[in-house]
Amino acid sequence: MSAPDLVARSTGRAPGAVRGVLLVVEHAWVWYRRNWRATVVSSVLQPLLFLLAFGIGFGSLVQGGAGTAAATGGVGYLVWLAPALLAVSAVQTAAFESSYPVLSGFKWQRHYHGMTAGPVSPAQVALGHLAWVAIKTAGSGAVYIGVIAVFGGVESAGIVVSLFAAVLTGVAMAAPVTAFSATLESEGAAFSVLFRFVVIPMTLFSGTFFPVDRLPDWVQPVAWVSPLWHGTEVARAAALDRWQPLAALGHIAYLLVLVVLGAALAARLYTRRLQP
Amino acid sequence: MTAVDEPATTPAASSAALLRLLVPAGSYAGRSHALLIRSATASRRAWLAFVSGFSEPVFYLFAMGQGLGSMVGTLPGPDGAPISYAAFIAPGLLAASAMNGAVFDSTFNVFFKLKYGRIYDAMLATPLGPVDIALGEIGWALIRGGLYALGFLAVMGGFGLLVSPWALLALPAALLVAFAFAAVGMAATSYMRSWQDFDLVTLVVLPMFLFSTTFYPLSVYPRWLQIVVECLPLYHAVELMRGLTTGAVHAGMLGHLAYFVVMTAVGLVVAARRLDALLLR
Repeated sequence: MSAPDLVARSTGRAPGAVRGVLLVVEHAWVWYRRNWRATVVSSVLQPLLFLLAFGIGFGSLVQGGAGTAAATGGVGYLVWLAPALLAVSAVQTAAFESSYPVLSGFKWQRHYHGMTAGPVSPAQVALGHLAWVAIKTAGSGAVYIGVIAVFGGVESAGIVVSLFAAVLTGVAMAAPVTAFSATLESEGAAFSVLFRFVVIPMTLFSGTFFPVDRLPDWVQPVAWVSPLWHGTEVARAAALDRWQPLAALGHIAYLLVLVVLGAALAARLYTRRLQP
Repeated sequence: MTAVDEPATTPAASSAALLRLLVPAGSYAGRSHALLIRSATASRRAWLAFVSGFSEPVFYLFAMGQGLGSMVGTLPGPDGAPISYAAFIAPGLLAASAMNGAVFDSTFNVFFKLKYGRIYDAMLATPLGPVDIALGEIGWALIRGGLYALGFLAVMGGFGLLVSPWALLALPAALLVAFAFAAVGMAATSYMRSWQDFDLVTLVVLPMFLFSTTFYPLSVYPRWLQIVVECLPLYHAVELMRGLTTGAVHAGMLGHLAYFVVMTAVGLVVAARRLDALLLR
């Protein structure tokens, strides 16, 4: 191995807008390459266990029941559940990745300060973080699709489109959560409240395990604001090939708005905190 | 408050007598109540975390009972008589929340206080021994778990899911379950080296939550898997709660109780033996 491989030399030029973001992604990747084993439980095993418990365990209980056929539109419960769980796992990964790790970058490990001491801007750090979340959810989603295919939960190639929907949903969750985490001085109860009052109800009330219309009317607005519900609708439409173009456009537009607003807010808050 | 304190301190008191026999002299000063007072004072400003811990099983009950229930209709209860899906999962959620709360308190919280907060170091500078600290922590976890269980039982009552006077015993049963999980959790924490090890806790707790007949009956599994599930502690907790809340009480339930008594004893003995290593390092 030659010496220049080991020593990074300064080019004397500030990185461009995109290159700065990619440098932040590279930071996350270098860490992940060494520590990926620690994340296997949360990102792959957790959705897999939910799939086994509900798709197969609960699914075998309700298989063939009239109530189930009416709820799923006739397809098997596992096939109906799988794309939604893909979106759920994206949202949970995204929410987690944008909570403690973000606060850690500001407060405990302070690597954000290290990055912005060089020519990388705070906004690039924020966008780099979101890009990393997108890459990570895409990776664990791909693994997850492989696993559900083994269990017979995949019916068509449309599941690949579901993966894109899941990643978009994940980033739509990550962007506002990142902005929120950037405002915190200490974790206190903020993150437990986030997970228990936002992430868990979102998981339960967004049509993952049963259609939203099975809930009382007054609960349904919860689903409308939940990015997970929009993401699940698109992911399921793709996997089961039940497109309703106008509705799908609406869902995607809502998610994109969350991504753009959340990212802009996060970039602004990162800048305020890192360059006071 | 007395309804909660009573079962919370009685097992702790009898185990204290046991611990005096098991642990090295000087580890136990009989002052674990000091830690309870400390915990209560420290939690006064964290009421939101309290409320959130209570709300989680309620969300599950509401969503799953209503939503999944619409697909299931009724299920056979413990005595074979059909019960609604909500009545089926509610005792499962009660048992699971007793487990989750106890495990969380005795692993994550204890580990944080031990390694990062350095709270126990300060306590050991006073006339408190490691066993006082362990009992105080477990006692606090039980008070907290007892309040959650009481709240959840009240919600079940509100939904009309408590149909038998036996349901009154669900609260002490939940406390015993929490005590057993807290004792074992404490013993496990004494072996933990870093945050990475907590993945193992998730790896044990989450599958138990999902597969121990919380959400669907044992009959969906093939026989060999049924035997595996029957060995899990949460299965026995769910059976116990389901029998009590539906009023289908029978002598075989003493077996479930015995499971938790043994689990508590084993957890306490291991934890007590490791405590000096854990706290007086």
